[in-house]
Amino acid sequence: MNRIWTIIEKFGSIDRRIIYALVFLATAIPLFFNVRIPMPVSPEVKSAYEAMDKLKPGDVILISTDYGPSSAPETQPMLEALLTHAFRKDLKVLLMTHWRFEGLIMGVEGLDKIARKFNKKYGEDYIVLGYRPGVTAVMIGMAQDFRNIFATDNEGKSIESYPMYKEIAGPDGILNYKDVALIIGLEAGAIGNAWIMIVNARYGVPIIIGTTAVSAPDYFPFYQSKQLLGMLGGLKGAADYEQLLNITGFASRGMVSQLAVHALIIILIFLGNLSDIARRFRS
Amino acid sequence: MMDIIGVWLAAFLTLAIMSFLFGDNPVYKFVEHIFVGASAAFGIIVMFNQAIWPYLYEGFTTTDAFLKITTYIAIFIGILTLFRLEIMNYVAPNLTWISRFPIAFVTGVGTGIGIVTGIHGFVFPQIVATFLPLLEKHASAIEIASNLILVLGVLASLYYFYFSMEQRGILKGITRLGMVIIMITFGAAFGYTVMARVSLLIGRIYFLISDWLHLVR
Repeated sequence: MNRIWTIIEKFGSIDRRIIYALVFLATAIPLFFNVRIPMPVSPEVKSAYEAMDKLKPGDVILISTDYGPSSAPETQPMLEALLTHAFRKDLKVLLMTHWRFEGLIMGVEGLDKIARKFNKKYGEDYIVLGYRPGVTAVMIGMAQDFRNIFATDNEGKSIESYPMYKEIAGPDGILNYKDVALIIGLEAGAIGNAWIMIVNARYGVPIIIGTTAVSAPDYFPFYQSKQLLGMLGGLKGAADYEQLLNITGFASRGMVSQLAVHALIIILIFLGNLSDIARRFRS
Repeated sequence: MMDIIGVWLAAFLTLAIMSFLFGDNPVYKFVEHIFVGASAAFGIIVMFNQAIWPYLYEGFTTTDAFLKITTYIAIFIGILTLFRLEIMNYVAPNLTWISRFPIAFVTGVGTGIGIVTGIHGFVFPQIVATFLPLLEKHASAIEIASNLILVLGVLASLYYFYFSMEQRGILKGITRLGMVIIMITFGAAFGYTVMARVSLLIGRIYFLISDWLHLVR
């Protein structure tokens, strides 16, 4: 009996390198199998999907990629899934960022990839507005006229020169929030709060937020208060959206690794606590 | 060819950063410095191309007199901030106070907008969202229970931070409930944080075994 307690006690001092190796294996091994585990879709993701699905061909969505490579494994699959949905429905896409240059890189990369898949053309089906500093000033300025803030696009060309601009701008030739059917904020920080508190509250534009898992609890109150039409939280949110689109992307594959690593963490927490109980019991 | 070099470089940088798991080392330090330097350089270029140049170009070339004047005002305010530079302490130490004007301007505008948007876009809608029916005729038992938990949770959590009265008897019970609700919130946030960190690891490992080693497709 004493020997069993000794073994249990040793669980509390496992070499951290062994834990690293176990976490690595639990993450890597499931990625070798192209499988998708069936998961119940979260209600907030379903609401986001339905909000997108209700839009008609030609409607304009504005996507703000406010994240960088450091959170791309969570948010990039969201961008790709949402763009897949948007281009399947022939929506017009405007892309911008408040997240300096990183957001622009990630947004353009995802948009180019999905647009190529659907044979969509720049200037006809989508425009990359780019980045401008000053989150609040940019949002308020865009309410009057997008050209106040984005006179030129990411390539330095006037946004008015594109056929899509003429198509989506109002009869007065002004493009602002009234021409946008839905705003999608993909957030790694608190910029989503500004989209909700300024653009949704003041101008009434419907908003969907896709956020990293760390930020997700901060956005749930906005979903509960109906200030958000829907929400995608972390890799699970992206995987849910992929499931609704019936595609197996990175997020769906990643959720198998999530399952394995979470199981490992639970086992390690259990063993650690057991070890602590054993130590107290013996002393 | 450039793609292959890029992938190998990214793989080396990933492994070098991960080497920190086994302790601080020169390779990690080297890559850390590359990251900081490259980010700063790239940031300056993008900031100039995407922010400074378009605004200046538009402001100088426009025929709109109002836009032209506001551009000159913005440039003037921008120049005033330069008085805060370290070098000004040596060149003109008596003039560094000038930089307080643009800071005061930005703070004033930011506070003004922040108060209005905070109350209108956050405080009011969140308060309204807690006015939930506790005894609705057609609501299911789960809906009523959910509403009850939310309302009681909000009240108990708020009361937990009420320090103007000694918390005894029933009041102590409410404080305890508030603490439990707050702890559950922290637990949920921690669970999400674990998921986030694991997702980042999945992203990097997927890159290594897919894009670099081509072991999976």
